[in-house]
Amino acid sequence: MIIKSKGFYEEFERKAGRKRTTHYCAGCGHGIIQKLIAEAMADLGIQDDTVFVSPVGCAAFCYYYLDCGNVAGPHGRAAAVASGLVRAIPDKIVIAYQGDGDLGAIGFNNAFQAANRGDGFAHFFVNNALYAMTGGQLAPTSLPGQKTTTSPYGRDVVKTGEPLKVCEIFNQLDRPVYIERVSVADTKRIMKARKAIRKALQIQKEGKGYAFVEILSPCPTNMRADSVKAAQFVTDEMEKTFPLGCLRDRSDEEAPCCMDIAPRSVDDIVSADYEGDEITDMPDIKERKYKFSGFGGQGILSLGLVLADAASELGRHVSWFPSYGPEQRGGSASCSVVVSGLEIGSPAIDHPDVLVAMNQPSLERFLPTMQSGSVLIYESSVPLEIQVPEGVTVYPFPAADIASDNGVAKAANTALLGCMVELGLLDMPDEDVAAALARSFAAKPKLVDSNKKVFEAARAYARERLV
Amino acid sequence: MNAASSGLPRPVIIIEECKGCGRCVAACPKEVLRISTTVNGMGYRVAEYVGEGCVGCAFCFYNCPEPFAIEVHKEDDRS
Ligand SMILES: Cc1ncc(C[n+]2csc(CCOP(=O)(O)OP(=O)(O)O)c2C)c(N)n1
Ligand code: SF4
Repeated sequence: MIIKSKGFYEEFERKAGRKRTTHYCAGCGHGIIQKLIAEAMADLGIQDDTVFVSPVGCAAFCYYYLDCGNVAGPHGRAAAVASGLVRAIPDKIVIAYQGDGDLGAIGFNNAFQAANRGDGFAHFFVNNALYAMTGGQLAPTSLPGQKTTTSPYGRDVVKTGEPLKVCEIFNQLDRPVYIERVSVADTKRIMKARKAIRKALQIQKEGKGYAFVEILSPCPTNMRADSVKAAQFVTDEMEKTFPLGCLRDRSDEEAPCCMDIAPRSVDDIVSADYEGDEITDMPDIKERKYKFSGFGGQGILSLGLVLADAASELGRHVSWFPSYGPEQRGGSASCSVVVSGLEIGSPAIDHPDVLVAMNQPSLERFLPTMQSGSVLIYESSVPLEIQVPEGVTVYPFPAADIASDNGVAKAANTALLGCMVELGLLDMPDEDVAAALARSFAAKPKLVDSNKKVFEAARAYARERLV
Repeated sequence: MNAASSGLPRPVIIIEECKGCGRCVAACPKEVLRISTTVNGMGYRVAEYVGEGCVGCAFCFYNCPEPFAIEVHKEDDRS
Protein backbone atom coordinates (compact mmCIF):
# COMPACT_ATOMS: atom_id res chain seq x y z
CA MET A 1 0.00 0.00 0.00
CA ILE A 2 1.18 3.50 -0.79
CA ILE A 3 0.01 6.46 1.24
CA LYS A 4 0.02 9.44 -1.07
CA SER A 5 -1.99 12.46 -2.08
CA LYS A 6 -5.40 12.08 -3.64
CA GLY A 7 -7.76 14.59 -5.16
CA PHE A 8 -5.13 16.76 -6.86
CA TYR A 9 -4.62 17.26 -10.56
CA GLU A 10 -1.81 15.18 -11.94
CA GLU A 11 -0.09 18.30 -13.15
CA PHE A 12 -0.50 21.93 -12.15
CA GLU A 13 -0.86 24.12 -15.20
CA ARG A 14 0.03 27.36 -13.48
CA LYS A 15 3.29 28.04 -15.17
CA ALA A 16 6.05 26.44 -17.09
CA GLY A 17 8.63 24.51 -15.16
CA ARG A 18 7.75 22.41 -12.16
CA LYS A 19 4.31 21.00 -12.68
CA ARG A 20 3.83 19.13 -9.44
CA THR A 21 4.89 21.75 -6.90
CA THR A 22 2.60 24.33 -5.29
CA HIS A 23 3.42 28.02 -5.03
CA TYR A 24 3.39 27.91 -1.23
CA CYS A 25 6.44 28.70 0.87
CA ALA A 26 8.23 25.84 2.59
CA GLY A 27 6.30 24.78 5.66
CA CYS A 28 3.10 26.67 4.82
CA GLY A 29 -0.09 25.42 6.48
CA HIS A 30 -2.16 26.07 3.36
CA GLY A 31 -0.52 23.09 1.68
CA ILE A 32 -1.28 20.76 4.56
CA ILE A 33 -4.90 21.89 4.71
CA GLN A 34 -5.47 21.49 0.99
CA LYS A 35 -4.00 18.03 1.13
CA LEU A 36 -6.61 17.13 3.73
CA ILE A 37 -9.44 18.66 1.72
CA ALA A 38 -8.34 16.94 -1.50
CA GLU A 39 -8.04 13.59 0.27
CA ALA A 40 -11.47 13.95 1.88
CA MET A 41 -13.09 14.82 -1.46
CA ALA A 42 -11.50 11.79 -3.07
CA ASP A 43 -12.41 9.44 -0.23
CA LEU A 44 -16.00 10.65 -0.15
CA GLY A 45 -16.19 10.32 -3.94
CA ILE A 46 -17.47 13.86 -4.38
CA GLN A 47 -14.83 15.46 -6.62
CA ASP A 48 -17.06 15.46 -9.68
CA ASP A 49 -19.94 16.99 -7.73
CA THR A 50 -17.98 19.67 -5.95
CA VAL A 51 -17.32 23.32 -6.73
CA PHE A 52 -14.47 24.85 -4.76
CA VAL A 53 -14.36 28.64 -4.36
CA SER A 54 -10.82 29.99 -4.10
CA PRO A 55 -10.16 33.18 -2.16
CA VAL A 56 -7.81 36.08 -2.72
CA GLY A 57 -4.71 35.70 -0.58
CA CYS A 58 -1.94 33.14 -0.60
CA ALA A 59 -4.46 30.43 -1.45
CA ALA A 60 -5.62 32.20 -4.60
CA PHE A 61 -4.34 29.38 -6.81
CA CYS A 62 -6.23 26.46 -5.28
CA TYR A 63 -7.98 26.02 -8.58
CA TYR A 64 -4.72 24.91 -10.18
CA TYR A 65 -4.38 22.11 -7.68
CA LEU A 66 -7.70 20.63 -6.56
CA ASP A 67 -9.24 18.22 -9.00
CA CYS A 68 -12.88 19.32 -8.81
CA GLY A 69 -14.99 22.18 -10.14
CA ASN A 70 -13.31 25.49 -9.40
CA VAL A 71 -14.22 29.15 -9.35
CA ALA A 72 -12.53 32.15 -7.78
CA GLY A 73 -14.11 35.12 -6.06
CA PRO A 74 -12.86 38.67 -5.56
CA HIS A 75 -11.17 39.52 -2.25
CA GLY A 76 -13.48 38.63 0.63
CA ARG A 77 -16.29 37.33 -1.55
CA ALA A 78 -15.73 33.57 -1.55
CA ALA A 79 -18.62 33.09 0.88
CA ALA A 80 -20.88 35.29 -1.23
CA VAL A 81 -19.94 33.33 -4.34
CA ALA A 82 -20.64 30.09 -2.45
CA SER A 83 -24.02 31.46 -1.34
CA GLY A 84 -24.82 32.09 -4.98
CA LEU A 85 -23.62 28.66 -6.04
CA VAL A 86 -25.74 26.78 -3.50
CA ARG A 87 -28.75 28.49 -5.00
CA ALA A 88 -27.73 28.12 -8.63
CA ILE A 89 -26.66 24.46 -8.37
CA PRO A 90 -28.48 23.16 -5.29
CA ASP A 91 -27.60 19.53 -6.01
CA LYS A 92 -23.87 20.12 -5.97
CA ILE A 93 -21.42 20.35 -3.11
CA VAL A 94 -19.87 23.75 -2.53
CA ILE A 95 -16.70 24.59 -0.62
CA ALA A 96 -15.51 28.09 0.23
CA TYR A 97 -11.93 28.53 1.40
CA GLN A 98 -10.79 31.83 2.89
CA GLY A 99 -7.95 33.40 4.81
CA ASP A 100 -8.41 35.49 7.92
CA GLY A 101 -7.92 38.76 6.08
CA ASP A 102 -10.29 37.64 3.37
CA LEU A 103 -13.00 36.33 5.69
CA GLY A 104 -12.32 38.25 8.90
CA ALA A 105 -11.89 41.73 7.41
CA ILE A 106 -13.13 42.71 3.97
CA GLY A 107 -15.51 39.76 3.60
CA PHE A 108 -16.78 39.35 7.12
CA ASN A 109 -20.36 40.34 6.47
CA ASN A 110 -20.71 37.96 3.51
CA ALA A 111 -19.43 35.10 5.62
CA PHE A 112 -21.51 36.05 8.62
CA GLN A 113 -24.73 36.35 6.64
CA ALA A 114 -24.08 33.04 4.89
CA ALA A 115 -23.65 31.43 8.31
CA ASN A 116 -26.75 33.17 9.59
CA ARG A 117 -28.79 31.82 6.68
CA GLY A 118 -27.18 28.45 7.12
CA ASP A 119 -26.30 28.27 3.43
CA GLY A 120 -25.39 24.70 2.61
CA PHE A 121 -21.66 24.77 2.02
CA ALA A 122 -18.45 23.77 3.74
CA HIS A 123 -16.60 26.86 4.85
CA PHE A 124 -12.89 26.51 5.56
CA PHE A 125 -11.32 29.44 7.35
CA VAL A 126 -7.54 29.54 7.43
CA ASN A 127 -6.34 31.62 10.35
CA ASN A 128 -2.64 32.48 10.25
CA ALA A 129 -3.10 35.63 12.34
CA LEU A 130 -1.99 37.96 9.53
CA TYR A 131 -2.32 39.01 5.91
CA ALA A 132 0.27 36.78 4.34
CA MET A 133 0.12 37.38 0.60
CA THR A 134 0.49 41.13 0.91
CA GLY A 135 3.48 40.91 3.23
CA GLY A 136 2.45 40.12 6.77
CA GLN A 137 0.16 42.98 7.81
CA LEU A 138 -2.10 43.04 10.86
CA ALA A 139 -5.25 40.99 10.42
CA PRO A 140 -8.39 41.10 12.57
CA THR A 141 -7.10 37.83 14.03
CA SER A 142 -3.62 39.08 14.95
CA LEU A 143 -2.81 38.44 18.59
CA PRO A 144 -2.54 41.12 21.26
CA GLY A 145 1.03 42.39 21.12
CA GLN A 146 1.76 40.55 17.86
CA LYS A 147 4.32 42.28 15.69
CA THR A 148 3.32 42.56 12.06
CA THR A 149 4.48 44.90 9.32
CA THR A 150 1.66 47.31 10.22
CA SER A 151 2.00 46.83 13.99
CA PRO A 152 5.78 46.94 14.30
CA TYR A 153 5.60 47.55 18.05
CA GLY A 154 2.98 44.89 18.59
CA ARG A 155 -0.81 44.92 18.24
CA ASP A 156 -2.36 47.48 20.55
CA VAL A 157 -5.85 46.15 21.20
CA VAL A 158 -7.02 49.53 22.48
CA LYS A 159 -6.27 51.04 19.11
CA THR A 160 -7.03 48.14 16.79
CA GLY A 161 -9.49 45.95 18.65
CA GLU A 162 -9.26 42.46 20.04
CA PRO A 163 -8.56 39.40 17.88
CA LEU A 164 -11.71 38.40 16.04
CA LYS A 165 -12.93 35.01 17.24
CA VAL A 166 -14.97 33.96 14.28
CA CYS A 167 -16.00 30.51 15.59
CA GLU A 168 -17.31 32.03 18.79
CA ILE A 169 -19.19 34.72 16.88
CA PHE A 170 -20.74 32.25 14.43
CA ASN A 171 -21.69 30.07 17.36
CA GLN A 172 -24.20 32.77 18.35
CA LEU A 173 -26.13 32.07 15.16
CA ASP A 174 -28.93 29.52 14.97
CA ARG A 175 -28.42 27.97 11.57
CA PRO A 176 -24.88 26.58 11.37
CA VAL A 177 -24.83 22.80 11.69
CA TYR A 178 -21.21 22.36 12.62
CA ILE A 179 -18.52 24.69 13.98
CA GLU A 180 -15.05 23.53 14.97
CA ARG A 181 -11.62 25.08 15.40
CA VAL A 182 -8.61 22.91 14.59
CA SER A 183 -4.92 23.36 13.83
CA VAL A 184 -2.30 21.90 11.52
CA ALA A 185 0.66 22.62 13.79
CA ASP A 186 1.57 18.99 14.50
CA THR A 187 0.48 15.45 13.73
CA LYS A 188 -1.99 15.06 16.57
CA ARG A 189 -3.67 18.30 15.57
CA ILE A 190 -3.53 17.51 11.87
CA MET A 191 -5.40 14.27 12.50
CA LYS A 192 -8.16 16.22 14.27
CA ALA A 193 -8.22 18.72 11.44
CA ARG A 194 -8.52 15.84 9.01
CA LYS A 195 -11.54 14.53 10.87
CA ALA A 196 -13.18 17.96 11.03
CA ILE A 197 -12.67 18.60 7.31
CA ARG A 198 -14.13 15.20 6.46
CA LYS A 199 -17.08 15.88 8.70
CA ALA A 200 -17.76 19.24 7.08
CA LEU A 201 -17.77 17.55 3.68
CA GLN A 202 -19.86 14.62 4.88
CA ILE A 203 -22.43 17.17 6.07
CA GLN A 204 -22.46 18.58 2.54
CA LYS A 205 -22.83 15.15 1.02
CA GLU A 206 -25.88 14.62 3.20
CA GLY A 207 -27.22 18.08 2.41
CA LYS A 208 -27.45 19.05 6.05
CA GLY A 209 -26.38 22.67 5.87
CA TYR A 210 -23.65 25.07 6.82
CA ALA A 211 -20.40 23.70 8.26
CA PHE A 212 -17.61 25.99 9.44
CA VAL A 213 -14.08 24.83 10.20
CA GLU A 214 -11.46 27.31 11.35
CA ILE A 215 -7.93 26.03 10.88
CA LEU A 216 -5.00 27.61 12.72
CA SER A 217 -2.17 27.57 10.25
CA PRO A 218 1.52 28.47 10.32
CA CYS A 219 2.96 31.03 7.94
CA PRO A 220 6.70 30.65 8.45
CA THR A 221 7.50 33.47 6.05
CA ASN A 222 5.54 36.17 7.83
CA MET A 223 5.87 34.73 11.31
CA ARG A 224 9.57 35.10 10.61
CA ALA A 225 10.41 31.66 11.84
CA ASP A 226 11.38 28.31 10.39
CA SER A 227 8.55 25.92 9.76
CA VAL A 228 8.89 24.12 13.07
CA LYS A 229 9.05 27.32 15.13
CA ALA A 230 6.14 28.82 13.20
CA ALA A 231 4.10 25.73 14.03
CA GLN A 232 5.13 26.12 17.64
CA PHE A 233 3.93 29.73 17.61
CA VAL A 234 0.56 28.52 16.41
CA THR A 235 0.30 26.09 19.29
CA ASP A 236 1.88 28.14 22.06
CA GLU A 237 0.56 31.60 21.22
CA MET A 238 -2.41 31.38 18.87
CA GLU A 239 -4.19 28.70 20.86
CA LYS A 240 -4.29 30.98 23.90
CA THR A 241 -6.59 33.29 21.99
CA PHE A 242 -8.13 30.69 19.71
CA PRO A 243 -8.73 27.55 21.76
CA LEU A 244 -9.22 24.41 19.71
CA GLY A 245 -12.35 22.32 19.89
CA CYS A 246 -15.78 21.62 18.56
CA LEU A 247 -18.23 24.41 19.38
CA ARG A 248 -21.23 22.78 17.78
CA ASP A 249 -22.17 19.55 16.06
CA ARG A 250 -25.75 19.04 14.98
CA SER A 251 -24.86 16.75 12.13
CA ASP A 252 -26.89 13.91 13.64
CA GLU A 253 -30.07 15.92 13.45
CA GLU A 254 -32.44 15.89 10.51
CA ALA A 255 -31.44 18.16 7.67
CA PRO A 256 -33.47 21.36 7.81
CA CYS A 257 -35.80 21.81 4.87
CA CYS A 258 -37.14 24.96 3.31
CA MET A 259 -40.50 26.33 4.29
CA ASP A 260 -43.20 25.35 1.88
CA ILE A 261 -43.76 28.68 0.20
CA ALA A 262 -45.06 28.08 -3.31
CA PRO A 263 -42.98 30.00 -5.80
CA ARG A 264 -44.75 32.45 -8.11
CA SER A 265 -43.57 33.57 -11.47
CA VAL A 266 -42.42 37.09 -12.15
CA ASP A 267 -45.43 37.53 -14.45
CA ASP A 268 -47.71 36.48 -11.62
CA ILE A 269 -46.30 39.12 -9.34
CA VAL A 270 -45.76 41.98 -11.71
CA SER A 271 -48.87 41.79 -13.82
CA ALA A 272 -51.29 40.07 -11.48
CA ASP A 273 -54.05 42.66 -11.93
CA TYR A 274 -53.05 43.92 -15.33
CA GLU A 275 -55.47 43.30 -18.12
CA GLY A 276 -54.04 45.67 -20.66
CA ASP A 277 -54.76 45.37 -24.36
CA GLU A 278 -52.22 44.84 -27.02
CA ILE A 279 -50.70 48.15 -28.01
CA THR A 280 -51.24 49.13 -31.61
CA ASP A 281 -48.97 51.70 -33.12
CA MET A 282 -50.53 55.12 -33.82
CA PRO A 283 -48.14 56.89 -36.18
CA ASP A 284 -50.09 60.15 -36.09
CA ILE A 285 -49.50 60.57 -32.33
CA LYS A 286 -46.29 62.52 -32.09
CA GLU A 287 -43.75 61.63 -29.45
CA ARG A 288 -43.67 64.09 -26.52
CA LYS A 289 -41.14 64.21 -23.76
CA TYR A 290 -42.16 65.60 -20.38
CA LYS A 291 -39.88 66.36 -17.49
CA PHE A 292 -41.40 66.99 -14.07
CA SER A 293 -39.09 68.30 -11.41
CA GLY A 294 -39.22 69.63 -7.86
CA PHE A 295 -38.33 68.43 -4.43
CA GLY A 296 -39.43 65.15 -2.90
CA GLY A 297 -42.88 65.38 -1.35
CA GLN A 298 -44.26 67.84 -3.92
CA GLY A 299 -45.99 65.06 -5.81
CA ILE A 300 -43.74 65.29 -8.83
CA LEU A 301 -43.50 61.54 -9.38
CA SER A 302 -47.28 61.08 -9.02
CA LEU A 303 -47.94 63.90 -11.46
CA GLY A 304 -45.88 62.03 -14.04
CA LEU A 305 -47.67 58.81 -13.18
CA VAL A 306 -51.12 60.31 -13.78
CA LEU A 307 -50.05 61.42 -17.23
CA ALA A 308 -48.46 58.03 -17.93
CA ASP A 309 -51.58 56.23 -16.75
CA ALA A 310 -53.87 58.37 -18.89
CA ALA A 311 -51.72 57.75 -21.96
CA SER A 312 -51.46 54.05 -21.37
CA GLU A 313 -55.25 53.76 -20.93
CA LEU A 314 -55.53 55.29 -24.38
CA GLY A 315 -53.32 52.53 -25.73
CA ARG A 316 -50.31 54.71 -26.35
CA HIS A 317 -46.71 53.80 -25.82
CA VAL A 318 -45.49 55.35 -22.60
CA SER A 319 -42.52 55.31 -20.26
CA TRP A 320 -42.20 56.76 -16.76
CA PHE A 321 -38.72 57.08 -15.40
CA PRO A 322 -38.23 58.50 -11.91
CA SER A 323 -35.05 59.88 -10.47
CA TYR A 324 -34.67 60.80 -6.84
CA GLY A 325 -32.08 61.03 -4.12
CA PRO A 326 -31.85 58.97 -0.95
CA GLU A 327 -34.05 61.43 0.95
CA GLN A 328 -37.73 60.60 1.39
CA ARG A 329 -38.58 64.29 1.58
CA GLY A 330 -36.71 67.44 0.74
CA GLY A 331 -34.23 66.01 -1.75
CA SER A 332 -34.65 66.75 -5.41
CA ALA A 333 -36.93 64.53 -7.41
CA SER A 334 -37.75 64.38 -11.04
CA CYS A 335 -39.38 62.09 -13.51
CA SER A 336 -39.29 61.72 -17.24
CA VAL A 337 -42.42 60.70 -19.10
CA VAL A 338 -42.39 59.88 -22.78
CA VAL A 339 -45.69 59.42 -24.59
CA SER A 340 -45.71 58.24 -28.17
CA GLY A 341 -47.77 56.58 -30.85
CA LEU A 342 -44.78 54.41 -31.71
CA GLU A 343 -42.40 52.36 -29.68
CA ILE A 344 -40.20 54.42 -27.37
CA GLY A 345 -36.45 54.26 -27.81
CA SER A 346 -35.33 55.52 -24.43
CA PRO A 347 -37.12 56.56 -21.26
CA ALA A 348 -34.37 59.06 -20.52
CA ILE A 349 -34.83 62.65 -21.71
CA ASP A 350 -32.01 64.99 -22.62
CA HIS A 351 -34.17 67.80 -24.04
CA PRO A 352 -37.74 67.91 -22.78
CA ASP A 353 -40.59 69.18 -24.96
CA VAL A 354 -42.36 70.23 -21.76
CA LEU A 355 -40.65 71.06 -18.50
CA VAL A 356 -42.68 71.45 -15.31
CA ALA A 357 -40.41 72.95 -12.66
CA MET A 358 -41.55 73.40 -9.09
CA ASN A 359 -38.41 74.84 -7.51
CA GLN A 360 -35.25 76.78 -8.20
CA PRO A 361 -32.84 73.83 -8.50
CA SER A 362 -35.15 72.30 -11.12
CA LEU A 363 -34.93 75.42 -13.22
CA GLU A 364 -31.18 75.55 -12.81
CA ARG A 365 -30.79 71.99 -13.81
CA PHE A 366 -33.21 71.51 -16.67
CA LEU A 367 -33.99 74.91 -18.19
CA PRO A 368 -30.60 75.10 -19.97
CA THR A 369 -31.36 71.76 -21.63
CA MET A 370 -34.49 73.10 -23.34
CA GLN A 371 -34.58 73.70 -27.06
CA SER A 372 -36.51 76.02 -29.30
CA GLY A 373 -40.22 75.13 -29.53
CA SER A 374 -40.41 73.62 -26.07
CA VAL A 375 -42.61 74.79 -23.22
CA LEU A 376 -41.75 75.66 -19.62
CA ILE A 377 -44.33 75.84 -16.84
CA TYR A 378 -42.88 76.88 -13.52
CA GLU A 379 -44.20 77.58 -10.07
CA SER A 380 -44.47 81.36 -10.17
CA SER A 381 -43.54 81.89 -6.54
CA VAL A 382 -40.04 80.81 -7.58
CA PRO A 383 -38.04 83.68 -9.11
CA LEU A 384 -37.01 82.95 -12.68
CA GLU A 385 -33.39 84.08 -12.57
CA ILE A 386 -32.00 81.85 -15.26
CA GLN A 387 -31.51 82.72 -18.88
CA VAL A 388 -34.33 81.19 -20.91
CA PRO A 389 -33.02 79.55 -24.08
CA GLU A 390 -34.27 81.05 -27.29
CA GLY A 391 -37.60 79.89 -28.62
CA VAL A 392 -38.86 78.47 -25.32
CA THR A 393 -42.40 79.45 -24.35
CA VAL A 394 -42.63 80.28 -20.66
CA TYR A 395 -45.71 80.09 -18.44
CA PRO A 396 -45.41 81.18 -14.82
CA PHE A 397 -48.15 79.44 -12.88
CA PRO A 398 -49.13 79.88 -9.20
CA ALA A 399 -49.74 76.19 -8.56
CA ALA A 400 -49.15 76.37 -4.82
CA ASP A 401 -51.55 79.29 -4.34
CA ILE A 402 -54.30 77.74 -6.41
CA ALA A 403 -53.96 74.51 -4.45
CA SER A 404 -54.14 76.15 -1.03
CA ASP A 405 -56.88 78.59 -2.07
CA ASN A 406 -58.95 75.56 -2.93
CA GLY A 407 -58.34 73.80 0.32
CA VAL A 408 -55.65 71.23 -0.56
CA ALA A 409 -52.25 72.80 -0.02
CA LYS A 410 -50.50 69.64 -1.15
CA ALA A 411 -52.26 69.49 -4.51
CA ALA A 412 -49.97 71.83 -6.44
CA ASN A 413 -49.22 68.90 -8.70
CA THR A 414 -52.92 68.54 -9.52
CA ALA A 415 -53.06 72.24 -10.34
CA LEU A 416 -50.17 71.82 -12.75
CA LEU A 417 -51.96 68.97 -14.44
CA GLY A 418 -54.99 71.22 -14.98
CA CYS A 419 -52.74 73.89 -16.41
CA MET A 420 -51.18 71.47 -18.88
CA VAL A 421 -54.58 70.28 -20.04
CA GLU A 422 -55.73 73.82 -20.64
CA LEU A 423 -52.57 74.71 -22.53
CA GLY A 424 -53.15 71.73 -24.80
CA LEU A 425 -49.90 70.05 -23.89
CA LEU A 426 -51.28 66.58 -23.34
CA ASP A 427 -52.70 65.58 -26.75
CA MET A 428 -55.58 63.70 -25.21
CA PRO A 429 -59.22 64.25 -24.34
CA ASP A 430 -59.74 66.18 -21.09
CA GLU A 431 -61.98 63.54 -19.58
CA ASP A 432 -59.28 60.88 -19.93
CA VAL A 433 -56.90 63.04 -17.92
CA ALA A 434 -59.56 63.67 -15.28
CA ALA A 435 -60.28 59.95 -15.08
CA ALA A 436 -56.59 59.14 -14.59
CA LEU A 437 -56.43 61.78 -11.86
CA ALA A 438 -59.40 60.16 -10.10
CA ARG A 439 -57.78 56.70 -10.44
CA SER A 440 -54.64 57.99 -8.77
CA PHE A 441 -56.68 58.54 -5.62
CA ALA A 442 -58.28 55.10 -5.72
CA ALA A 443 -56.77 54.35 -2.31
CA LYS A 444 -57.92 57.69 -0.83
CA PRO A 445 -61.40 58.35 -2.28
CA LYS A 446 -61.88 61.33 0.05
CA LEU A 447 -59.30 63.25 -1.95
CA VAL A 448 -60.95 62.78 -5.33
CA ASP A 449 -63.40 65.65 -5.08
CA SER A 450 -61.07 68.15 -3.50
CA ASN A 451 -58.43 67.46 -6.16
CA LYS A 452 -61.04 67.79 -8.84
CA LYS A 453 -61.81 71.24 -7.47
CA VAL A 454 -58.14 72.21 -7.64
CA PHE A 455 -57.91 70.77 -11.16
CA GLU A 456 -60.88 72.83 -12.38
CA ALA A 457 -59.67 76.00 -10.68
CA ALA A 458 -56.27 75.58 -12.30
CA ARG A 459 -57.87 75.14 -15.69
CA ALA A 460 -59.93 78.28 -15.21
CA TYR A 461 -56.85 80.26 -14.23
CA ALA A 462 -54.88 79.02 -17.21
CA ARG A 463 -57.77 79.68 -19.58
CA GLU A 464 -58.19 83.24 -18.36
CA ARG A 465 -54.60 84.29 -17.76
CA LEU A 466 -52.30 82.13 -19.86
CA VAL A 467 -53.96 81.10 -23.09
CA MET B 1 19.05 -5.62 1.78
CA ASN B 2 17.57 -2.13 1.34
CA ALA B 3 14.16 -0.98 2.54
CA ALA B 4 12.66 -1.07 -0.92
CA SER B 5 13.29 -4.72 -1.42
CA SER B 6 12.64 -5.77 2.15
CA GLY B 7 8.91 -4.95 2.08
CA LEU B 8 9.33 -2.90 5.22
CA PRO B 9 7.46 0.41 5.48
CA ARG B 10 9.43 3.38 4.23
CA PRO B 11 9.02 6.99 3.19
CA VAL B 12 9.72 7.83 -0.42
CA ILE B 13 10.85 11.40 -0.91
CA ILE B 14 10.52 12.86 -4.37
CA ILE B 15 13.55 15.05 -4.31
CA GLU B 16 12.43 17.59 -6.89
CA GLU B 17 9.15 18.31 -5.06
CA CYS B 18 10.64 18.76 -1.59
CA LYS B 19 11.15 22.27 -0.23
CA GLY B 20 13.15 21.10 2.75
CA CYS B 21 10.86 22.73 5.30
CA GLY B 22 11.63 20.07 7.88
CA ARG B 23 8.06 19.46 9.04
CA CYS B 24 8.47 15.74 8.32
CA VAL B 25 11.72 15.59 10.23
CA ALA B 26 10.07 17.16 13.28
CA ALA B 27 7.01 14.93 12.95
CA CYS B 28 8.72 11.57 12.64
CA PRO B 29 8.27 9.70 15.93
CA LYS B 30 11.15 7.39 15.09
CA GLU B 31 13.48 10.23 14.15
CA VAL B 32 14.52 8.51 10.96
CA LEU B 33 14.20 11.54 8.67
CA ARG B 34 16.69 14.36 8.36
CA ILE B 35 17.55 17.29 6.14
CA SER B 36 20.30 16.12 3.82
CA THR B 37 23.08 17.98 2.12
CA THR B 38 21.51 17.24 -1.27
CA VAL B 39 20.26 20.39 -2.99
CA ASN B 40 17.47 19.92 -5.54
CA GLY B 41 16.78 21.80 -8.75
CA MET B 42 14.77 24.45 -6.92
CA GLY B 43 17.68 25.03 -4.57
CA TYR B 44 16.26 23.40 -1.46
CA ARG B 45 18.18 21.07 0.78
CA VAL B 46 15.80 18.17 0.81
CA ALA B 47 14.70 15.68 3.42
CA GLU B 48 16.02 12.14 3.38
CA TYR B 49 15.31 8.84 5.06
CA VAL B 50 18.16 7.44 7.11
CA GLY B 51 17.36 4.06 5.64
CA GLU B 52 15.79 2.11 8.46
CA GLY B 53 13.40 2.43 11.38
CA CYS B 54 10.25 3.65 9.56
CA VAL B 55 7.06 2.23 11.06
CA GLY B 56 4.76 3.46 8.29
CA CYS B 57 2.76 5.88 10.46
CA ALA B 58 2.66 8.46 7.60
CA PHE B 59 3.03 11.35 10.01
CA CYS B 60 5.58 12.77 7.59
CA PHE B 61 3.10 12.56 4.74
CA TYR B 62 0.39 14.46 6.61
CA ASN B 63 2.79 17.14 7.84
CA CYS B 64 4.19 17.75 4.40
CA PRO B 65 2.61 20.79 2.71
CA GLU B 66 3.46 19.59 -0.77
CA PRO B 67 1.05 17.26 -2.55
CA PHE B 68 3.71 15.14 -4.22
CA ALA B 69 6.91 15.44 -2.19
CA ILE B 70 6.55 12.39 0.01
CA GLU B 71 4.79 9.04 -0.05
CA VAL B 72 4.81 6.25 2.47
CA HIS B 73 5.10 2.75 1.06
CA LYS B 74 3.97 0.12 3.45
CA GLU B 75 4.55 -3.17 1.73
CA ASP B 76 6.74 -4.35 -1.03
CA ASP B 77 5.24 -2.54 -3.99
CA ARG B 78 7.43 -4.00 -6.70
CA SER B 79 4.79 -6.48 -7.75
C1 LIG C 1 -10.37 44.55 -2.98
C2 LIG C 1 -8.99 44.16 -2.61
N1 LIG C 1 -8.40 44.76 -1.55
C3 LIG C 1 -7.18 44.40 -1.17
C4 LIG C 1 -6.50 43.43 -1.85
C5 LIG C 1 -5.09 43.07 -1.43
N2 LIG C 1 -5.02 41.79 -0.75
C6 LIG C 1 -4.70 40.66 -1.40
S1 LIG C 1 -4.62 39.33 -0.38
C7 LIG C 1 -5.01 40.26 0.96
C8 LIG C 1 -5.10 39.69 2.33
C9 LIG C 1 -4.81 38.25 2.39
O1 LIG C 1 -4.79 37.82 3.71
P1 LIG C 1 -5.55 36.51 4.17
O2 LIG C 1 -6.95 36.53 3.71
O3 LIG C 1 -5.32 36.38 5.63
O4 LIG C 1 -4.86 35.32 3.36
P2 LIG C 1 -3.39 34.76 3.47
O5 LIG C 1 -2.61 35.45 2.40
O6 LIG C 1 -2.90 35.05 4.85
O7 LIG C 1 -3.53 33.30 3.22
C10 LIG C 1 -5.21 41.60 0.60
C11 LIG C 1 -5.55 42.67 1.54
C12 LIG C 1 -7.14 42.81 -2.95
N3 LIG C 1 -6.58 41.84 -3.65
N4 LIG C 1 -8.37 43.20 -3.30
S1 SF4 D 1 3.44 33.67 2.86
FE1 SF4 D 1 2.78 32.35 4.53
S2 SF4 D 1 0.68 31.76 4.03
FE2 SF4 D 1 1.62 32.56 2.18
S3 SF4 D 1 2.46 30.77 1.10
FE3 SF4 D 1 4.12 31.59 2.35
S4 SF4 D 1 3.97 30.47 4.26
FE4 SF4 D 1 2.06 30.17 3.20
